[in-house]
Amino acid sequence: MTKFVRSLAAAAVVAMAPVAYAETTVRVAYDADPVSLDPHEQLSGGTLQLSHMVFDPLVRWTQDLQFEPRLAESWEQIDETTMRFKLRSGVTFHSGNALTAKDVDWTFDRLKQSDDFKGIFAPFTDVEVVDDMTFDLKTSEPYPLVLHTATYIFPMDSAFYSGTTADGMDKAEVVKHGDSFASRNVSGTGPFIVSEREQGVRVVFDRYADYWDTESGGNVDKIVLTPIKEDPTRVAALLSGDVDFIAPVPPTDLKRVEEAEGVDLITMPGTRIITFQMNQNRVEAFKDARVRQAIDYAVNNAGIVDRIMRGFGTVGAQASPAGYLGYDEALAPRFDLEKAKALMAEAGYADGFSITMMAPNNRYVNDDKIAQAVASMLAQINIKVDLQTMPKAQYWPAFDERAADMMMIGWHADTEDSANFHQFLTACPDEATGNGQYNSGNYCNEEADKLMNQSNAETDPEKRAVLLKKLEGILYDEAAFIPLHWQNLAWGAKSGMNAAEIVNALDFPYFGDLVVETGS
Amino acid sequence: MFAYLAKRVIQAIAVMFVISLIAFAIQGNLGDPLRELVGQSVSEEVRQQLRDELGLNDSFVTQYLRFAGNALQGDLGTSYFFKEPALDVILKKLPATLELVFGATLIIIGFSVPLGVYTAIKPDSILSRIIMGLSIVGISIPVFLTAILMIFVFSVEYGWFPSYGRGDTVHVWGYWETNFATADGWMHIILPSVALASIMLPLFVRLIRAEMMEVLQSEYVKYAKAKGINPWRIYFVHALKNTLLPVITVGGVQIGTMVAYTILTETVFQWPGMGFMFLEAVNRVDTPLIVAYLIVVGFIFVVTNTIVDLIYGLVNPTVNIARMGA
Repeated sequence: MTKFVRSLAAAAVVAMAPVAYAETTVRVAYDADPVSLDPHEQLSGGTLQLSHMVFDPLVRWTQDLQFEPRLAESWEQIDETTMRFKLRSGVTFHSGNALTAKDVDWTFDRLKQSDDFKGIFAPFTDVEVVDDMTFDLKTSEPYPLVLHTATYIFPMDSAFYSGTTADGMDKAEVVKHGDSFASRNVSGTGPFIVSEREQGVRVVFDRYADYWDTESGGNVDKIVLTPIKEDPTRVAALLSGDVDFIAPVPPTDLKRVEEAEGVDLITMPGTRIITFQMNQNRVEAFKDARVRQAIDYAVNNAGIVDRIMRGFGTVGAQASPAGYLGYDEALAPRFDLEKAKALMAEAGYADGFSITMMAPNNRYVNDDKIAQAVASMLAQINIKVDLQTMPKAQYWPAFDERAADMMMIGWHADTEDSANFHQFLTACPDEATGNGQYNSGNYCNEEADKLMNQSNAETDPEKRAVLLKKLEGILYDEAAFIPLHWQNLAWGAKSGMNAAEIVNALDFPYFGDLVVETGS
Repeated sequence: MFAYLAKRVIQAIAVMFVISLIAFAIQGNLGDPLRELVGQSVSEEVRQQLRDELGLNDSFVTQYLRFAGNALQGDLGTSYFFKEPALDVILKKLPATLELVFGATLIIIGFSVPLGVYTAIKPDSILSRIIMGLSIVGISIPVFLTAILMIFVFSVEYGWFPSYGRGDTVHVWGYWETNFATADGWMHIILPSVALASIMLPLFVRLIRAEMMEVLQSEYVKYAKAKGINPWRIYFVHALKNTLLPVITVGGVQIGTMVAYTILTETVFQWPGMGFMFLEAVNRVDTPLIVAYLIVVGFIFVVTNTIVDLIYGLVNPTVNIARMGA
């Protein structure tokens, strides 16, 4: 076949395509849409969901929390502080530019400038370009979370984002709260191109014709993303067939979605732990580990998951969810009212005391109801609770002020690693390092901090697991905080969409791999 | 007349000043916008730096003066979320809200007049009792509940109407895209319009009924009846005309209330108007947008009220406009 005939044939196929196959469109409704098209502007679920559609990471998580190569084809540790990555060849950006190691280097530098991401990249010093398809990712110290962090590197098109706009603005600029080139224009390597966007109303994605991953069976040509904030409306949109895929499904509607015909409910344990912290600086009694244990014994975690969360949570006794290195299945949730009373008496507080408690009422699933339940459980060991719940906008400033004796906090580790929970929630507060930034309990245990520091420099996963498990064990024995549960994740999807294949505990569905069964 | 006009304009400016001051004072109590702008693990130091950049650490007076100075030049600040001038964001969302209000108004007018007149003429009939009973129910059910019920009945169960959004719209002019040009657009606007009308319709039925009953007792109606004029002509021409004057006055005031109800209706139906935008802005602590919304809505109120007063004075000469201004 001559070249001419071949291109003629190709043209004919393209021209006939709309006739031959109907376009596969998936309509998605999330509770929010990404704040920006700039992947480095805000570190949030919405941004990462977008990044996985429009960009592609070097490596990504699988459903069972293992690493899967994406733009990086392979990697090897070449010395204590250097990981050498080999890029996949033949990958092009939406602009047509080819992906090279230079783009990764450029992206890394930009990440270091982003307020939201630079914390995660603090242990990393540099990306050194070896050749077009090879680069070294360097850390200052031996660091165990190199691959974890590589899941956050979504190479950007350095040529596309370089230079200045018509009105003289730097195209590369990361702007937090204003207009920037990157917040409105995008060129990634991902399976989808943003073809239309009205913020807060809808985003339309079209399949990128030259997407590198031809092995993936993904057959979705178009995705229309609509943010629907109201839970009942989002569920109604799915049930009435106005959309094909929703997230999250609110706990009150789980049964409804499960039982409805033509739609599937997909659930999975999540990785965000919901906890209460006890402020030792405000309440003398909280300095006594026996009092903290008594509270842990008094709180019926399983009951909360069962009745308030309607089974839609995984009962927890520690911060790390199953699958994380520090997770220790030997740690069982405590619930024993008699033991709680005995511990209170032993500590000299048989008559109890009064405390204040604060919780948000629109941040976590059923947060205010959980707080009410905990308050009434504490009444049974004579701790009188004055509870105040408030919208998250008011809650966070109150939390920063440590405005109540017991405060609720939920946490998801950005690094998907156990040490992260300790670093922010229970480590000795230290303004210089930022440790304990969310430790409203002012819990401080030097041994625990030492274990965290050791684990952060330990690159052998098995040795690390031992350190992190020991750390979780100390926090459990000392009842450093009151763990409640990990929120589960739930998606609703039209039957026959195979949506269960593309979701994960991190809640960024891989739409590029979605195989929708197209009826004949 | 000119003195009165000038007085009213000065009053309007004073009211706008107070509104801006209140709107601006509220924003300080809405919470910390930074939490919505940054990820959870961003350090306090970086947040402080951003607060400085945004001018959130300045004193109230400094912030207000800066705001007022810009506002006088038509700049009400830039929305954190939309990254556009707040006024532009609101103007873009305005047509959707106006169309929704328009749809609801059509329903209210179309149903309240016949129902109100009927229940006034035949106050004791069974149908009248049913209508009055339903109107009590209608007034008492919160609008978001009506809206959610309608979605579940008419979208999920029967699948007659779409459950959210505006559907296909046709661009008319500027930021204005209309729902009334396509069948899909009509289907999308019906449920939200009914939901929005549900709270106001019973009110108007009752109002028209009360006014109508009063008018029917008046001498001229009795005289007309005695003269043997067709009763329908008496009801719909002679009596209704006099009934509608007070109803229109109340209606003007109620339009303001309707704006407030659009917030709930739009939120439930994911209607991309300014009411929905406002509630979202409150959740996101998008303070520039919140302040701008309050000022725009306040401005609409002040202007309509001033115009209504002026027209009232012109139409009804017995109103002493010179004294009204005092």
